[in-house]
Amino acid sequence: MLKHWKALVAAVAMASALSLAAPPAAQAQQTLRVVMHSDLKILDPIWTTAYIVRNHGYLVWDTLFSVDEKFEVKPQMVDTWKVSDDKLTWTFTLREGLEWHDGKPVTAEDCVASIKRWGAKDSMGQKLLGVTQDLKVVDAKTFQLVLKEPYGLVLQSLGKPSSNVPFMMPKRVAESDPNTQIKPTDVIGSGPFIFKGEEWKPGEKVVYVKNPKYKPRSEPASGLAGGKVVKVDRVEWIWIADVQTQMNALIAGEIDMIESPGHDLLPVLAKEKNIRLFNGNPLGNQFALRFNVLHKPFDNPKIRTAAIVALSQEPFLQAVVGDPQWYKVCKAMFVCGTPLESTAGMDGVLNGDSAKAAAMLKEAGYDGTPVVLLQSTDVQVLTNLAPVAKAQLEKAGFKVDMQSMDWQTVVARRNKKDPPNAGGWSAFLTSWVAADILNPVMAGYFNASCDKAMFGWPCDEQIEKLRDRFAKAGDAAEQKAIVEALQKRWVEYPTHVHLGQWYQPFALSTKLDGVLVAPVTVFWNITKK
Amino acid sequence: MFAFIARRLIATIPVLLFVAVFVFMLLRLTPGDPAAIIAGDNATSDQVASIRAKLGLDEPLYTQFFIWSGKALSGDFGESFFFKKTVAELISQRIEPTAMLALFTLILAVAIAVPLGVLAAAKQGGWVDRLVMGFSVMGFSVPTFVIGYLLIYLFAIQLGILPVQGYKRISEGFDEFIIRLIMPGVTLAVVYVALISRITRASVIETLGEDYIRTARAKGLPGRTVLLRHALRNAAVPIITVIGIGIALLIGGVVVTESVYNIPGVGRLTVDAVLARDFPVIQVVILMFSFVYVLINLLIDIAYSFFDPRIRY
Repeated sequence: MLKHWKALVAAVAMASALSLAAPPAAQAQQTLRVVMHSDLKILDPIWTTAYIVRNHGYLVWDTLFSVDEKFEVKPQMVDTWKVSDDKLTWTFTLREGLEWHDGKPVTAEDCVASIKRWGAKDSMGQKLLGVTQDLKVVDAKTFQLVLKEPYGLVLQSLGKPSSNVPFMMPKRVAESDPNTQIKPTDVIGSGPFIFKGEEWKPGEKVVYVKNPKYKPRSEPASGLAGGKVVKVDRVEWIWIADVQTQMNALIAGEIDMIESPGHDLLPVLAKEKNIRLFNGNPLGNQFALRFNVLHKPFDNPKIRTAAIVALSQEPFLQAVVGDPQWYKVCKAMFVCGTPLESTAGMDGVLNGDSAKAAAMLKEAGYDGTPVVLLQSTDVQVLTNLAPVAKAQLEKAGFKVDMQSMDWQTVVARRNKKDPPNAGGWSAFLTSWVAADILNPVMAGYFNASCDKAMFGWPCDEQIEKLRDRFAKAGDAAEQKAIVEALQKRWVEYPTHVHLGQWYQPFALSTKLDGVLVAPVTVFWNITKK
Repeated sequence: MFAFIARRLIATIPVLLFVAVFVFMLLRLTPGDPAAIIAGDNATSDQVASIRAKLGLDEPLYTQFFIWSGKALSGDFGESFFFKKTVAELISQRIEPTAMLALFTLILAVAIAVPLGVLAAAKQGGWVDRLVMGFSVMGFSVPTFVIGYLLIYLFAIQLGILPVQGYKRISEGFDEFIIRLIMPGVTLAVVYVALISRITRASVIETLGEDYIRTARAKGLPGRTVLLRHALRNAAVPIITVIGIGIALLIGGVVVTESVYNIPGVGRLTVDAVLARDFPVIQVVILMFSFVYVLINLLIDIAYSFFDPRIRY
């Protein structure tokens, strides 16, 4: 018996010694486990504008330019660039040492093909390619963009931070049809992480590992710009659909971060010692009500103006967010806290002045046609918006027919041009990420090009001219003046209504450090204790 | 018997055909457009239209149905609208967690419920009987998600002895596999323990009143032998029926449990597919559920003849 005990002790001692002698790398594999705002179903960030796919894109692919914490455009894959004196020829040279995940070098040919694929889908890309005469390869590392006329948003377009982001892909992938999703085996980028296709289990998890060959820029990380230094070995996006389970898993230490915890859970999370709330996107999001201008009553711009006079932001923010720490009343259309922040033209609107709105409705000849207001019932941050809009509009004398449905039905219905009483709609409410609406060209709801505009189909020559002027504006002062003129025109011809800014903090384990302030959730620079 | 099984299997064909046509039409008539969902929030109407055309959703309904059914008959159930994966591949990834959870729950439920029901019947009117029946009422009344959250709070958050969520496949280690099934299994088993124990009790009490039980007792057989060998065996048919129904209910019941415990099973795949209007996935999952229902009913019918030799097909 004693012999057996001795043998056992010896075996345990040997095992301990062996484990101590194991290489440190094998012991210190750092994995970041994160619950994102949604499950990753689609892998192609050019095929869809979904934010979860955009976030996936930032791990795998790299961009020519990026915006920093102050939303200034900085070079990322580009080393140097120059503009000709006539501002028509832009020449870009790539950094040395850029490599695709399959080991092949990144070339100018890849970038030209990628810009073309992005430009075929994205509205800002379409505008850029619309003024482009030629996009050509000069040598392996250099390409040229030749414009038909000077264009002020070249760098802003190539450094566009949100959907669709101009990610650079290998030529053979970028030359595929932009209306066909790329295959999982083609998710090959030159970004700081490598997508592990074989470990991707839709509805369960997505795995990325550190790209050991990635050469980060030397500048410190700032926003989406600077050095993308990866400090963990592996990032796992664990999909947990139930918000209560997300919170329990974070408290129990099974995950390290929740990207989008519900606002009703924030007080509970704030009390936990091992969890901190961190607002990684200080510009946040903006609620919006979209008008359908094709049909009565909102086909009349004066009736839409009466609506923006009747509405007031704070009740919306209170109804959804509640805690003033996480929202801001902001009348600036292009987001408070940005260089284009302005309240020009906003004095008489968004004050909840129902008496004035009622008088305006009478003057506009409102005949009592009901506003068919679509209410989404399954997206937490949207559910309470429609009842508030209904109450405020009814107070001013509108008749409102609020119809409740799930968000996907809203998404399908908002594309219908039929009259509201035949399956169409008059208005619905949604939310924009601030990074998508930073200027009039980027902000989709300002597109007033009739049939080519987004659902709602506003049609206004003045707005379109102002947007074109903005795209060609030479400096920041001129851009701001155009924005102010645009806001004044918007009061006469409202395309949508901005209903306040709100913030979505991350819930982080206190083990994490280095989470960046950026318009998109990114995973470089993060360390885990 | 074989002729009976063959007849029953052939009878599933019209059932599945009806389900296929019904579900196909129902899905297409449901509001919601997968193309708009795929395109994302910032997409224009043109972008949505081009995706719709790519998916073949702009074709007439009958064309879409014939294309789908033609492929399905050749074993090609198509590709998910969202994932660049075939429906067969997606479902095969999700079957193991659901099957394992259902099996674990069933074993747990039967192992607890049948002895409890027999015990309650044997002690009819006593405190054990009342306790079992009280538990049964509670098991029926408390929603599954409430039980789930309470168990998580107690065993995962407060005591820290079980994980909150997730699933590990058996291939990743038996310990990890079983430890993650305990709470979901118990959560889901509560309602089935309530159901099966109640039926077992009622059925055994009824059998205990039969003449042959009195005869067995008169012959001097011990009470335990009478209860287990004579009463329970003859009470088996209703118990088997309710276990069978339980398995069918389990398939639907796992949806909530899979959500609370974040188990990537077929239940959650179904919910996700419905929310995203992923027609090819919903179509096949519902067909599969229908087939499983039919199969379970067939197995129950076959089981009857093993427990009651008087039943012959």
